[in-house]
Amino acid sequence: MTANTFLAALANIYPPDRLLRRPAQLLPYESDALTAFRARPLAVVLPERAEEVIETVRLCAREGVPFVARGSGTSLSGGSLPVEGGVVIAMNRMNRILRLDPQERVAVVEPGVVNLDVSKAAAPYGLYYAPDPSSQPICTIGGNVAFNSGGAHCLKYGMTSNHVLGLKAVLADGEVIEIGGESLEHVGPDLVGLFVGHEGLFGVVLEITLRLLPKVEAYRTVLAAYRSLEEAGHAVGLVVASGLLPGAMEIMDRLAIEAAEAAVQAGYPQDAAALLIVELEGEEPQVEAEFEQLLEVIRSSGAYEVRVAQTDEERARIWKGRKGAFSAVGRLSPDYVVQDGVVPRAKLGEALAEIERLSNAYGLRVANVFHAGDGNLHPLILYDGREPGALEKAEELAGEILEMCIRLGGSITGEHGVGMEKRRFLPAMFSPEDVETMRRLRRAMDPHELANRGKMFP
Amino acid sequence: MTTYRPTTPAELQEIVRAHPRVFVRGRGTKPGLASPPAGAAIVETTELAGVLEYEPQEFTFTALAGTPVADVQRMLAEHGQYLPCDPPLVRAGATLGGTVAAGLSGPLRYRYGGLRDFILGVRFVDGEGRLVRGGGKVVKNAAGFDLPKLMVGSAGRLGILVEVTFKVFPRPPAHATCRARFDTLEAGLRALFDLWVRPLDLEAVDMEPDGGGLTLWVRIAGIERALAPRIERLRSLLGGEVEVWQGAEEERLWEEAREFAWVPEGWTLVKVPLTPKRIPALEERLESAETRRRYSVGGNVLWLATPHTPDRLEPLLHEVGVAGLVVRGKVAGSPFLGRRTGMAFARRVKNALDPQARFPEV
Repeated sequence: MTANTFLAALANIYPPDRLLRRPAQLLPYESDALTAFRARPLAVVLPERAEEVIETVRLCAREGVPFVARGSGTSLSGGSLPVEGGVVIAMNRMNRILRLDPQERVAVVEPGVVNLDVSKAAAPYGLYYAPDPSSQPICTIGGNVAFNSGGAHCLKYGMTSNHVLGLKAVLADGEVIEIGGESLEHVGPDLVGLFVGHEGLFGVVLEITLRLLPKVEAYRTVLAAYRSLEEAGHAVGLVVASGLLPGAMEIMDRLAIEAAEAAVQAGYPQDAAALLIVELEGEEPQVEAEFEQLLEVIRSSGAYEVRVAQTDEERARIWKGRKGAFSAVGRLSPDYVVQDGVVPRAKLGEALAEIERLSNAYGLRVANVFHAGDGNLHPLILYDGREPGALEKAEELAGEILEMCIRLGGSITGEHGVGMEKRRFLPAMFSPEDVETMRRLRRAMDPHELANRGKMFP
Repeated sequence: MTTYRPTTPAELQEIVRAHPRVFVRGRGTKPGLASPPAGAAIVETTELAGVLEYEPQEFTFTALAGTPVADVQRMLAEHGQYLPCDPPLVRAGATLGGTVAAGLSGPLRYRYGGLRDFILGVRFVDGEGRLVRGGGKVVKNAAGFDLPKLMVGSAGRLGILVEVTFKVFPRPPAHATCRARFDTLEAGLRALFDLWVRPLDLEAVDMEPDGGGLTLWVRIAGIERALAPRIERLRSLLGGEVEVWQGAEEERLWEEAREFAWVPEGWTLVKVPLTPKRIPALEERLESAETRRRYSVGGNVLWLATPHTPDRLEPLLHEVGVAGLVVRGKVAGSPFLGRRTGMAFARRVKNALDPQARFPEV
């Protein structure tokens, strides 16, 4: 089949307005949030029904054409980068919440549903969807499922995987499968557990059953300012050691504070070398008791200024600065790459010192905004893409940070996934047998490696 | 039938490679999963035991699969930590590997999640005798496919677990349990649905049907001085007569639940995952039958006990549309009962990890 006859076959599935093929139409799909990589697909299709996705995948399987499913394109690992000459299946129009059952505390959604819209739909019933990636106002559940997305509140309730109960998907060879269900429990191997985080390599998810949680009764959000990054890191250890289990613990360094302040005027103390955000959540009496304990710990940790959000608005403002930090960094530099390696909590201080050393050695500024509670770093490496060789230098620095994470006993990615960007580091974390096992699983679902070809594996 | 007790992963790999059929078990606390098929070489993991890494400040540990859960719990307790997924049959001698392979979490799983939510890493020997590692040792990790979760409930069908890494949480300083009895099933379930959507932090919600009524057991935990107002709120939400337990007696209530102390000697015990909405249909069919039942995790699991053999439950589970796992009882081949989902996908996974079918069918 030639490209033209393949396009004609796609035109049998999609009306002209949902089959994009002109260069100007394809341009917005050429990359995702990791803008350093670009690829031109043959076509972009905009399915509105599961049957259209299934037909598309079956056509691709029959003709050996690679395809990539894409949500809102917020992947920071290049996970939704097209395959050159392949098909992009843009899932945004499959955005219906099919069922929301407050008694069972589940929502059955299509993959194009935006993360935050699940919580909005659940709110009238006193429920919410817990995983909260910073991109939650735009990222889709399908993308969250493919990359097992995290967020600031993973410490207590886990990542996407911990909130997915069941899935319907079309595997890359065209077979439609259903796994899991609506119960919190299961018998037999945890197939849903394997599927979440497949990075688009098994096929395309069509329907997702999500677990909802009752809304939190009370929050206590504390912002503490420190004279050094090390002190803030140390404070995290003290909080954890005191037996508290906060909903979130986040750190921002000087550069990140400066950027966030310029972008959203969160009212952060401007002279701080590091800010620590700790948020307690739960039943009112319990949170109040924990709060007293937390303040004691924070005061003994060397914080020179401690602020407590008194209202919902103040809490929202603290989080606005933190969640907007990535895009805010765009004000400091024309380009940046962000890593999300993980280190054991006790090695945070060591890791941050090493990042600073590398930053100086490379002559590149690095802003740090991270999920301190679970050791999940987010160094943002600033560079100017117009300078020849700048991206390569930034990537090299990023690579050194990942190698450090592995050396310290951590992981190359906490929540962004391996995607395009960290493929070459997978063998540094896993043995050839481990990687081979993952490949075998991939081929069991996708014998010709059509689904998101070129991602995750070196 | 030869029984092997390997002492190193390498020894285990050799055993697997040398036999066309291999069956793994731990210390046999779940007999439904521990009776080997004829002709299979038996591997017991009891000699692959011991904690390899434990850094209290990291809230993680790594241990060999044959390590008794009780040993781990003692170690964690010394540092004020615990396993919130609440493995059952600990006193009976359950091992970490056996717990993961069986996929059994206890009543406290209600609060923060089950085994699948706390397992971080695994090493296992696959059907070709290869030693494979998945996941990692840090609390957050998205690198590669999530093999640790896949192994939860895999029942020795995909690989033999060698090593597991878990995250743990700080143990709450104090606990309390409220017990309320409702005269009808409907009233009891109404109370459950009412609790379940409120902003309450409940550790466990278990239910016991009896003579048409339903008894609810609701556990909370936290800082001691904050418990009283929380108990009062539960009291008013549950209505009627509410008994409150605290201290050692309260602790014992839950220990007995997770040890299945209520199941008579020699009876069959089956785990049935479900959602609370299916309870009326099940109760209608089970009430008259000779069974004992405990609904756990807010009605997400039924622990079903019967004096009869497990196969007698097949028609009932199919009719209600649920699956079952035989924990105790006579099993001819598979410990799985009823209507299972995802078999097409499960077979693909099986072919990838155990193409020669050395381990029993999924």
